[in-house]
Amino acid sequence: MKKLLSIITGCAFALQLQAQDNVYPMPAQKGLLFITNGTVHVGNGQVIENATIKVINGKIEQVGTNIAIPMDDVKVFNVKGKHVYPGLILPNTNLGLVETPTVRATSDAVELGEYNSNIRSIVAYNTDSKITNTLRSNGILLASVVPEGGIISGSSSVVQLDAWNWEDAAYKMDNGIHYNMPQLFNRPNPFAAFFGIQQPQDPVKRGLEQIEQVKQFFREAKAYLAESNHAATNIKFEALRGLFDKKQKLFIHCDLVKEILIAADFVKEFGFDVVLVGASESWQVAGLIKQHNMAVIINQAHNLPTMMDDDIDQPFKLASALQNAGVLFAINDDDGNTHSRNLAFNAGTYATYGLTKEQALSAITLNTAKILGIADKTGSIEAGKDANIVVSEGDILDMRSSIITHAFIQGRMISLDDKHKQLNERYKHKYGIK
Amino acid sequence: MRRPACLHRLRHATLLLMLLASARLQAQETFPVNGVADPRDKAVAFTNATIVKDAQNTIANATLVIRDGKIVAVGAAVAVPKDAQVVDCKGKFIYPSFIDAYSDYGITAPQRQQGSGFNFFAGQFNSNQKGAYGWNQAIRTDINAVAIFAADDAKAKPLRDLGFGAVLTHQKDGIARGTGAVVTLANKKENLVVLKDKASAHYSFNKGVSTQSYPNSMMGYVAVLRQNFLDAQWYKNNAAAEGVNLSLKYFNEQQGLAQIFEAGDKWTDIRADRIGDEFGVQYIIKGGTNEYQRINEVAATKASFILPLSFPQAMDVEDPNDARFVSLADMKHWEMAPGNLAAFEKANINFCITTADLRDVKQFTANLRKAIDFGLSETKAMEALTKTPATMLGVYDKVGSLDAGKLANFIISSGSPFNEKTIIYQNWIQGEKYGVNETAWNDIKGNYTLTVTLNDNSKTYTVDVKSSSMANIIAADTVVAKFSHDGKMVKLSFTDGKRSKNNLRLSGVDNGSNEWSGTGADSAGNKFLWIAKMNSAGVAKIDSIRKKEAPRTGKLTYPFNGYGFEEQPKQETILIKNATVWTNEKEGKIEGADVLVKNGKIVQVGKNLSDATAKVIDGTGKHLTPGVIDEHSHIAAFSINEGAQSVTAEVRISDNLNPEDINIYRQLSGGVTSSHILHGSANTIGGQTQLIKLRWGTNDEGLKFQGWPGYIKFALGENVKRSSNTQGNTRFPDTRMGVQQVLVDAFTRASDYQKQMKGANGKNVRRDLELDALVEIMNKQRFITCHSYVQSEITQIMRVAEQFGFRINTFTHILEGFKVADKMKEHGANASTFSDWWGYKMEVQDAIPYNPAIMAKVGLNVAINSDDAEMARRLNQEAAKSIKYGGMSEEDALKMVTLNPAKMLRVDDKVGSIKAGKDADLVLWSDNPVSIYAKAEKTIVDGIVYFDRDRDLQLRKKIAEERNRLSQKMMGEKRAGFPMAPAQPSMEIMHNCSEHQHSHGLLVIEGQD
Repeated sequence: MKKLLSIITGCAFALQLQAQDNVYPMPAQKGLLFITNGTVHVGNGQVIENATIKVINGKIEQVGTNIAIPMDDVKVFNVKGKHVYPGLILPNTNLGLVETPTVRATSDAVELGEYNSNIRSIVAYNTDSKITNTLRSNGILLASVVPEGGIISGSSSVVQLDAWNWEDAAYKMDNGIHYNMPQLFNRPNPFAAFFGIQQPQDPVKRGLEQIEQVKQFFREAKAYLAESNHAATNIKFEALRGLFDKKQKLFIHCDLVKEILIAADFVKEFGFDVVLVGASESWQVAGLIKQHNMAVIINQAHNLPTMMDDDIDQPFKLASALQNAGVLFAINDDDGNTHSRNLAFNAGTYATYGLTKEQALSAITLNTAKILGIADKTGSIEAGKDANIVVSEGDILDMRSSIITHAFIQGRMISLDDKHKQLNERYKHKYGIK
Repeated sequence: MRRPACLHRLRHATLLLMLLASARLQAQETFPVNGVADPRDKAVAFTNATIVKDAQNTIANATLVIRDGKIVAVGAAVAVPKDAQVVDCKGKFIYPSFIDAYSDYGITAPQRQQGSGFNFFAGQFNSNQKGAYGWNQAIRTDINAVAIFAADDAKAKPLRDLGFGAVLTHQKDGIARGTGAVVTLANKKENLVVLKDKASAHYSFNKGVSTQSYPNSMMGYVAVLRQNFLDAQWYKNNAAAEGVNLSLKYFNEQQGLAQIFEAGDKWTDIRADRIGDEFGVQYIIKGGTNEYQRINEVAATKASFILPLSFPQAMDVEDPNDARFVSLADMKHWEMAPGNLAAFEKANINFCITTADLRDVKQFTANLRKAIDFGLSETKAMEALTKTPATMLGVYDKVGSLDAGKLANFIISSGSPFNEKTIIYQNWIQGEKYGVNETAWNDIKGNYTLTVTLNDNSKTYTVDVKSSSMANIIAADTVVAKFSHDGKMVKLSFTDGKRSKNNLRLSGVDNGSNEWSGTGADSAGNKFLWIAKMNSAGVAKIDSIRKKEAPRTGKLTYPFNGYGFEEQPKQETILIKNATVWTNEKEGKIEGADVLVKNGKIVQVGKNLSDATAKVIDGTGKHLTPGVIDEHSHIAAFSINEGAQSVTAEVRISDNLNPEDINIYRQLSGGVTSSHILHGSANTIGGQTQLIKLRWGTNDEGLKFQGWPGYIKFALGENVKRSSNTQGNTRFPDTRMGVQQVLVDAFTRASDYQKQMKGANGKNVRRDLELDALVEIMNKQRFITCHSYVQSEITQIMRVAEQFGFRINTFTHILEGFKVADKMKEHGANASTFSDWWGYKMEVQDAIPYNPAIMAKVGLNVAINSDDAEMARRLNQEAAKSIKYGGMSEEDALKMVTLNPAKMLRVDDKVGSIKAGKDADLVLWSDNPVSIYAKAEKTIVDGIVYFDRDRDLQLRKKIAEERNRLSQKMMGEKRAGFPMAPAQPSMEIMHNCSEHQHSHGLLVIEGQD
C-alpha cells in the first residue's frame, strides 16, 4: 500500500523542494531474475515473441524463447501479453539542473561566460528532482544531462534515473562537450521598431566571426595539449583532452544548412566525433551528414513546419529523411511544458510518418546509446548489457496503450510511483473515486 | 500694429529667365515694406502648347494666360493680353500640376520622449500630455497642421520636380492626428501657400510617439477609436461633468472635414471602414499595396482611397539557403503589387495617388509607369493625381485642372508625364516658375555653322550637336569635340583638323533663338571671337508611349499563399460510405456506417445510404469523427493581448482576425474545424473572444461561427501579476489578493453603471464599452472563459461571480481543477485543460496528467485545449493521453476535443457530434482517431472539404514550381541590373498565453503580450 505524501500547501518553495520521500532507490540486483512471455523489442530492429530474458547480477545473460527457468527461489516476472523494451534514453536534457524554468533560483543550466569547456553538468545534477520519477513512469531510464550556457557550455554526463546522489547516478561521466553554434540567420524582429530595439547590424557576419574564434579556441587547445609540461595550467583546455582523444564527442547545437556545413569543418580539421543536436533543417543535407559520419539528435518531433510554404508534415518527416540516408540519429523530446515525458510519442509520430516502429524505437534506445557512447552497456536487450528494461501494456509508442507496468535499471526493479500518481491518489481519495 | 519685419519676399532666386512673382500676391496687406512699394501685376501667355486641361480635355495649339498667380484664360482662340510676356510652347505640353493627398511636407515629425523605446512592464498608465486634454496621449485632435506648418523649399523641390504643385499635409503621429492643411509647394511665405487651413482630419492604428502603455494591440486601437466616438458624442451635452476636454471638443469640431484614415493593408483598410460604419463616418482610406488580393472586400467599403506606389523590391534569392526562407506569398506579392492600382480602377473604386511610403520619392515616376504597364489607364492616373484629390479635399475650385479662375499650377513638359522619356521642363506654382529641367527647354540638337574670327580672318566649321554634352566637328575627317551646354553657358574645344596640333577652346553663351556667341583661344594663345548659328534642327524622336502588354503574373489565391484556393470551394452533397463512425451520440461508435451531407448539414447517419447526386467518399477501414474543437486557441489573429490595463473588456478579438494565418490550414490537417480565439492572459479581465470555423480562404467575417453567444477571457495568477518579469511589475495587481479586488471593483462599477443606465438620467450616462461587456456578463449574455491554475484563485473567482449573480462558464488551463472539482461542479463551471503540461512555472507545480480524468469522474464537462498552434494539430492525441492517465474510455477521450468543448461553447446544438441536422463538420481519419498513428485525410467544414491529403500533395508540387518560377524571375531582374533587396526571411508572428517552454521554429516570433 502506497503511503501518500502529506502535501504542504501555502508555501510554494517548500513544496517545490520536497522530494518524493517514499520512493526509494533500489539496492543492486543480486542473483537471477527472469522476465517471461513478453514480446521483446530488442532495440536493434528485432522482435521476439514469447521471449524470456535472463538477468544475473544486473546484466542480461540471455534473451530467447528456449530459456530454462530454475525451480529455485528466483524472481520471475511473467509479462504475458505485454511488450518489453530497452529502457528509453533521453539524449539531451536539463533534467536535474532546472526544476522550474521561470524561477531563477531553481535553474542551474546556464553558466556565465562563453567558453566553459570546464563546466560539468554532473556535479549539479539533482537526483531528487520531482521530474525524474514522472519520466521513469513513461519508460525513460537514462538521460544525458547537458549544460546550456554560452558558446561552449561544458560537458554532459549520462545518468541512470534511480539514485541517491549524483555519484550513484553517473552512468557515463563527461561523455561529450557541447557547443552552441552561433546562429547564421538574419532574424528580423517586426517588433523592434515598436519597442525601440536596435537590431544588430549583420548577425550572420558576427556569427561567422564567433565560429572562427571557436576554431581558434580548439586550435590553441590542441597545441596546449600536445605539450604535457605547463608552468600555468589551463583548465579550459585540459577539459578538452577527451575530445582530442576521441573519448568524448563534440555535440554541436545548430539547425540551418549553412551551420551544418560548417559543423563538418570540426570533423575535417580536428577529427572530432561530431553529433548535431537539433538540426531541424538537416533533411536537406542528410547525405552530406552521412558522408562526414556525423550523428544527429532530433530535438522535437512535435513542431510546426519551419516555413509557411513547407509541407505541413515536414517536421514529422525529418527522421525518415535521416534514416533513408543512413545517418545515425536519436530522437529527443525537449518540450519544457511536459518535461520530456513524451519521448516515446515523439518516436511514435516519426513512426506514423515514414519510420517503422522498430526503427523509431531504436532512435530512443540503441541509436541513442551509440551516440552517447554507452552502447556497450545499454540501448538494447542483448546478452552482456545492463538489464535496463521497461514493460508496457501495449505499444509503447502510442499513448493509448503506452502504460508502463515494470521498469528495471541494472536489474533493479524500480518504483514507478511519482508525484503525479500520488496527487492522483490523494484526490481520488477525497472524492471517493475507485 | 505694424512691426518692423525682416522680409523674405525675394529670398528665392529662380534659375534663368527669372520672372519675379507677382507683387500683389507677394505683398500682404498687413506686412510692412522695407523700401518702396513695388506692385506688379504679372501676366504670362503660354502659346502654341498642347494643353491638357484635365484628364478628359486636351486642346491642341492652345494658349494659357495667367495673371496674378491665377489662370485667366485657356483655349485655342485666346487673345494674348498686351501686357503679357509670351512664352512660346511650340511642341510642348501643359498639364495641371499634381496633388498629393497624403504628405507631411513642412511638418516636423515628433520624437518619442525619454530615450529609445519604452518599457512595457514599467508602463506609463496615464497620458503625460500637459493641458486640458483627454486621457489618451495618442488622441492628438489638438494638432492643427496649419499652425505647425513651415514651408521648406528643400523638401518641396523633389516633389515639384515630379510635377506636384500642392499637397495635403498633416502630422503623421497618433491614433487621432488632428487636422491637415492643403498647401502649395511654392517657395513663399506660409500665409500665401495655404489653400485650405483645415481640409481634413486624420486617424490611424498607430499610437506613434505616445509613451502611454494603452493601447498596445490592434484590438486596443479599435477600442480607443470607438470609445472616443462615444465620449465625444456624450461630451456635446455633458461638458460640465467632464470639465473642459479639448481632445473631445476638437474631435467633434473636426467631424465636418474629410476624414482620412491611414490603414495601409487590405485587412486594415476594412477594419478602419467598419469603425466608420458604426459611427456614420465614411473614411477616406490611405491604403497599401496589397488590396488587389481582396479587391471585392475592399470595394465593399465604398470608401475612396489614397494609394501609395511603394511596391516591394525584388529580393536577391541567388543563395538558395537564404531564398529558402522567403515565402511564396512574399514573392507573389512582389510580382503582383504593381497591379494594385489597376485592380482599383477595374473595381471602380475612387482613388488618388500619393508619394507616401516610397523609399525614395524619385521612384515615383518609374513606379507609376509600372502601375500603368500593369493596366492602370493614363486617364485614371491623371485623375488620381489632379481632380480626385482636389475634389476629395474640397479644393477643386482652386487646383486640379486648368480652368480660368484656378491657381496657375501647371507643368510644361515634352509629353505625357507618364512616359518614362518625358521631360518636365518647368513646374509653375501660383504663377511662379520652378525650373525642373530647363536646359532641355530649347532643343539644341542640330547642325550649326560656327564662325571663328581671328584678326579679321574668319573660318567656319560645321558642328553637329548631338546632346548637351556631345558634339562633332564635321569635316573630311570628323573630329570629336569636347562640348557642354548647360542651358546658358556653352563650352567647346576641338583640334583644328584631325592631324592638327592646334587646339581651339571656345567659351560663350546661348543668346537664344539657337544662336551662340563668345570668345576663345588657340594653342598659340591667340584670342578670337566666335558665333554659332543653327542650320537645321535634329530630327526629334516622337516620344509616344508604347502600350505594353500587361505583364504575366501568377494567379491570385485565397488566402494569398501557397496553400490557398484559386476559387473558393463550394458545398457539395457528400456520402461517406462504410466508415467507423464515432457519433458521440447514444449510438456510440458504429462500424461500417454511412453519413450523408447536404447543404452543409448532416442529413442522415446509418447503413446502406444512397444518394445519386452525392460525391461518394469510401470510408472503408477509416474512422469518421466530428470535427475537433479547440477551446483555447490564439491563431488567426493580428493581436492577442491588450495588456496595458488590468481590465480591457472593451477589446475584441473579432476586430483583428487574420483569415490568412497558415496555421488555419495546418490545423485543418489535424482535424480541427472550430477554434475559440481567446484574448491572452496579460490581464485579469481580458478581451472579448471569437469562435471561428476554419473556413480556409474566406475573409474575417466568413471565419466567424454564426449563432454563438459572445464570450470573454479572464485570467488569474502569475501572468496577471507579471511574475515572470525580471524587472518587476508596476501595474496593479501584484498579488492574488489584488487580482480578486480587480474583479470585485470591475463588477461593482458595472453594477452601478447598469443602475445609472436604467435610471431617470440614463440618456446622459456616458456609454462605456468596457462596462457594457461586464454588464453583458452579469445579464448572462456573455460568458467567461477564465485562465486559472491554483485552487485558491479558482475558488475566489467563483465566489465573486456568485456575489454578482453570474457563473464562470469555463475554467481554462485549470491544472489544479482536480483539487476543487467538487466546488466547480457545484458552481456549474466547465473545465478545459492541458493533458500533461506541468512544472513550467511555479503555479503549475502540482499539475498532474490525471486532472482531466478526475474532473470528469467528479462530473465536470471536461475539454482538452491547445493554447498552441502546434499542439492543436494533434489534439486527438492529447485527449488520448487520458486513456493512459486515468483510464478514460476511447470514446470519452475523443469527446474531450469534440462534443465537450461544443457544450462549453454553447454550440452543441450545431457541432460536436454526428447527428442529422448538425453542421457537417467532419474528419475522416486513416486510423483510430485516439491513436498516434491516425492522420486526418479529409477535414470537412459546413459540408466543404477544406483539407484533403491528396490535394495537399498536389499543392506541394505547385508551391515548388511557383517558388522556382518566381526565384528565376527575381534573379532575372538581378541580372538586368535592377536594385535588389537582400533576401528577407518571411517571419511568422505567433501568439500564445506566454506559457510556452518550447520553440515554434526558426521563423517564428513569439507575439509580445
